[in-house]
Amino acid sequence: MAAHDPSSRRLPTVLRSLGFAAFVIGLVVFLAALVLGGYQLTPEGLSALEASGKISPDHRDAVLAQLEPLEGQWFRSPGGFIEAVDAALGAANSDLGGSLGDYQQGEYRFWITREASRGPAAGRTTLLFLLSFVLAALGAVAYFLPRLWLEPPGIKNHGVWFSSVRSRGAWGIALGVLLIGFYIGLYFFPAYIVNWIRLADPASRWLTGGPADRWFFYGFLYTLAILVMAVRMAVNYRHNRYQLVRTASVTFFQLGFAFLIPTILGALGKPAYDFKNAWPLDYHFFFDWHLKELMASGALGWFILFWGIGLSVLVVPLMAVFFGKRWYCSWVCGCGGLAETLGDPFRHLSDKRLKAWRVERFLIHGVLVAAVVMTAIVLANFFTAGSGHPLFGGITWKIQKWYGFLIGSIFAGVVGTGFYPLMGNRMWCRMGCPLAAILGIVQRFQSRFRITTNGGQCISCGNCSTYCEMGIDVRWYAQRGQNVVRSSCVGCGICAAVCPRGVLRLENGPTEGRINEVSLVQIGRGRIDLA
Amino acid sequence: MSQVVIIGNGIAGITAARHIRKRSDVPITVVSAESDHFFSRTALMYIYMGHMTYDNTKPYEDWFWDKNRISLVRGYVDQVDTEAKKVRLAGGRHLPYSSLIIASGSKSNKFGWPGQDLDGVQGLYSLQDLEQMEKSTAGIERAVVVGGGLIGVEMSEMLHSRGIPVTFLVRETSWMNFAYPPEESAMINREIRAHGIDLRLGTEIERIEGDERGSARAVVTKGSETQASETLPCDFVGLTVGVSPNIDFLRGSGIELDRGVLVDDHLRTSAPDVYAAGDCVQLRNPKPGRRPIEPLWYTGRMMGETIARTLCGEETAYDPGIWFNSAKFFDLEWQVYGQVPAKLGDGEKTLYWEHPDGGRAIRIVYRAEDLAVTGFQLMGIRYRHELCQRWIADGCPLPEVLENLGAANFDPELYRQYEGELVALYNRQHPGAPLRLRRRRGLKGMLELLRAS
Repeated sequence: MAAHDPSSRRLPTVLRSLGFAAFVIGLVVFLAALVLGGYQLTPEGLSALEASGKISPDHRDAVLAQLEPLEGQWFRSPGGFIEAVDAALGAANSDLGGSLGDYQQGEYRFWITREASRGPAAGRTTLLFLLSFVLAALGAVAYFLPRLWLEPPGIKNHGVWFSSVRSRGAWGIALGVLLIGFYIGLYFFPAYIVNWIRLADPASRWLTGGPADRWFFYGFLYTLAILVMAVRMAVNYRHNRYQLVRTASVTFFQLGFAFLIPTILGALGKPAYDFKNAWPLDYHFFFDWHLKELMASGALGWFILFWGIGLSVLVVPLMAVFFGKRWYCSWVCGCGGLAETLGDPFRHLSDKRLKAWRVERFLIHGVLVAAVVMTAIVLANFFTAGSGHPLFGGITWKIQKWYGFLIGSIFAGVVGTGFYPLMGNRMWCRMGCPLAAILGIVQRFQSRFRITTNGGQCISCGNCSTYCEMGIDVRWYAQRGQNVVRSSCVGCGICAAVCPRGVLRLENGPTEGRINEVSLVQIGRGRIDLA
Repeated sequence: MSQVVIIGNGIAGITAARHIRKRSDVPITVVSAESDHFFSRTALMYIYMGHMTYDNTKPYEDWFWDKNRISLVRGYVDQVDTEAKKVRLAGGRHLPYSSLIIASGSKSNKFGWPGQDLDGVQGLYSLQDLEQMEKSTAGIERAVVVGGGLIGVEMSEMLHSRGIPVTFLVRETSWMNFAYPPEESAMINREIRAHGIDLRLGTEIERIEGDERGSARAVVTKGSETQASETLPCDFVGLTVGVSPNIDFLRGSGIELDRGVLVDDHLRTSAPDVYAAGDCVQLRNPKPGRRPIEPLWYTGRMMGETIARTLCGEETAYDPGIWFNSAKFFDLEWQVYGQVPAKLGDGEKTLYWEHPDGGRAIRIVYRAEDLAVTGFQLMGIRYRHELCQRWIADGCPLPEVLENLGAANFDPELYRQYEGELVALYNRQHPGAPLRLRRRRGLKGMLELLRAS
């Protein structure tokens, strides 16, 4: 090992600095692309819009007629332009006798604004794509990789709590604000971030042949973040095969199952289904539009229908019996995948207090009840719709909308990821995910999984609790010689990795004695227990 | 028993308090001069390295003590009056007791070297030491750590994590070769050096030189055998040459002291209703193979609970059971179960396997006579406490242990297992009837073995 030889450190150190600089440039380009330029509808733009098929033929003439007065007008800010578009859409709606719904107006607003954007991304999309996504990604990888030559493998949490971005300092708060803003834009104001969405066009055209919509943009960025940060995980845990294989697994499922397969299916006009996404995390699986879409999609649709039901009610819970919820939450799931890669630098920010555990149990089971009740109502409606008198009538739509808004967008997105640098990387998984709630019940009461405590070796140092992303006070168990059997544990294995005394091991085994009150070690003839 | 007073809120004192509370409603007062709340001393290094905050090192939330009616008093006990049964705090406050537990821990050793009291020279034991170290090492250029024990390695690792170049002076010709067999000791030497520490074996400290402001400026060394002298410029000197019981405040109290507080098999001191636990204890009759003073987390915890039992009416003699310990040297984990001496005793034999990368090893010590295993030592590999202890307690013969050895492995899932190589090594050394590894890692196998024996 030549770690102490200064000459062998020079090259990796330089590479690391260059990588950091490249990442920062990529990020600045990305941020600048959002705000530079303006908005202007050109005649070419209007004809492109007409040809794009994004505006339904029923509405096309009315909408385009109302947009015509905007032609040529230059708007510096998206706000002014969108206001003008909304006025045009409102007028078109009157012309159409009120047949333009809120949802459609939103879609049209987005596509019109996207077409009108004259930001840097509009003219030199490929260049900007390279200078933002590609440069930042390569820079980040160049920043992570040199650690291979700079230090021997092992746990290196040096300075975690001194880092502003990782300990809720000014940079951490700034990053949190940026992420929260990103999610608010993505979910509620997509027309305001069309410049970002257009940045993903080169990838979208290559994969689907069409322009990027917000979900392609989000999926692309999400997958890229996981890929890049998986490199970081692999470098940091190169001595730990559990972490290496687990990281490879979440990366594989994100890239293949969550991104490529649904994107390609969608491009082929099939249901864009993520084959690993299980209800009730996938809360719209049983929504009537989704069921109808599947039933109208031939054999593939029916296969997805049975697959989705089988996955949700049989496979996912049964696997949790044998392996704990970890097989899903920290090996397969997309939310887990992001948390375990992009979110890993923030895992220690989870709240370990007993109070937080109380809030957690209340919230996550509350969301589970909400998801089950909503799905029951939706299905009851679906099956009684044929009679002409659906059981719950119009309220169903409202319930779906509010669930989607509060749980699907605010909780899972804005709080779940936006709060990474503020409250740790598993806020959604710990406090909100209804699938995690189900798996947690299985794991707590009917599973072969536990974290075993190794006799009396614990020194109560607290590394395990500190780095538990789920906020489990692992030490509380370890120092008593008690196995950790907790519904929230996602089995990431980091507690066992950071333990300096070899005390913790994730394992599946006979259920007898799984929940032990005291250690198996009776130290000495005095039968000293540790509890 | 109407009032328990405990001096010291470390692992020994706090374990005693918790276990008394589990068994009794007697009022409990814990006095500490060091901190308001119990924290894990073993985690001090992680605060300095930025792995954890001070709050992260507290094993119990602050409300825990009120809820369990354990009153915490911040103060320094400067006198114990065993006649009137009360302790006096600096400042004059008195706390009467019906039972007293002394768990006052250790203090860092200094051996009278010239310059040992200069600014920038210190040991590492207490929270105050850590705060001092934080101040003394801010922006420094170079440090020297003196003393080849575990704390010396920890201090080197701490300084190294801040990018401070470290020279580490160790008197022995190989790190802790009085406690570790040569192979393990050499492995630890390599690990220390692989992290860029300038490890000087066979080197002692002669004196510390100061500058005009009274701060350390250099360490003058001498070779343990060669006597060759060298001056090492530095602005911080870590003295990690062991600890001794922190008992000066007990002088004159009438409690019998030697190097530590002398206690009998029930951890009773010479004074009525006064017990002692943890680092400050010196056993009058240690068990065979054990030292009278064992300043360890684990012994402190066991002693604390032993006293709690006795005080609550279940008279219990201190029995530390089969020796075990563990540590981490930079990235190299170490575990030991049973006795693994640096030099084999009469009638002892050993089986030692080392990975070709030089960073992992398994050693088993056994008796030549009946092949009964007496010790396990693991480097860079984790083993199960329960099973190793059971095999040692049962005097299980080596061949049987080897055939089942996989079940003792406690490494994370998907890690490579090396027990097969150990068995193959044994077979090469003992031609004849070859052994076969019958169990691999897994909870099921371990439970079967524990149940069968």
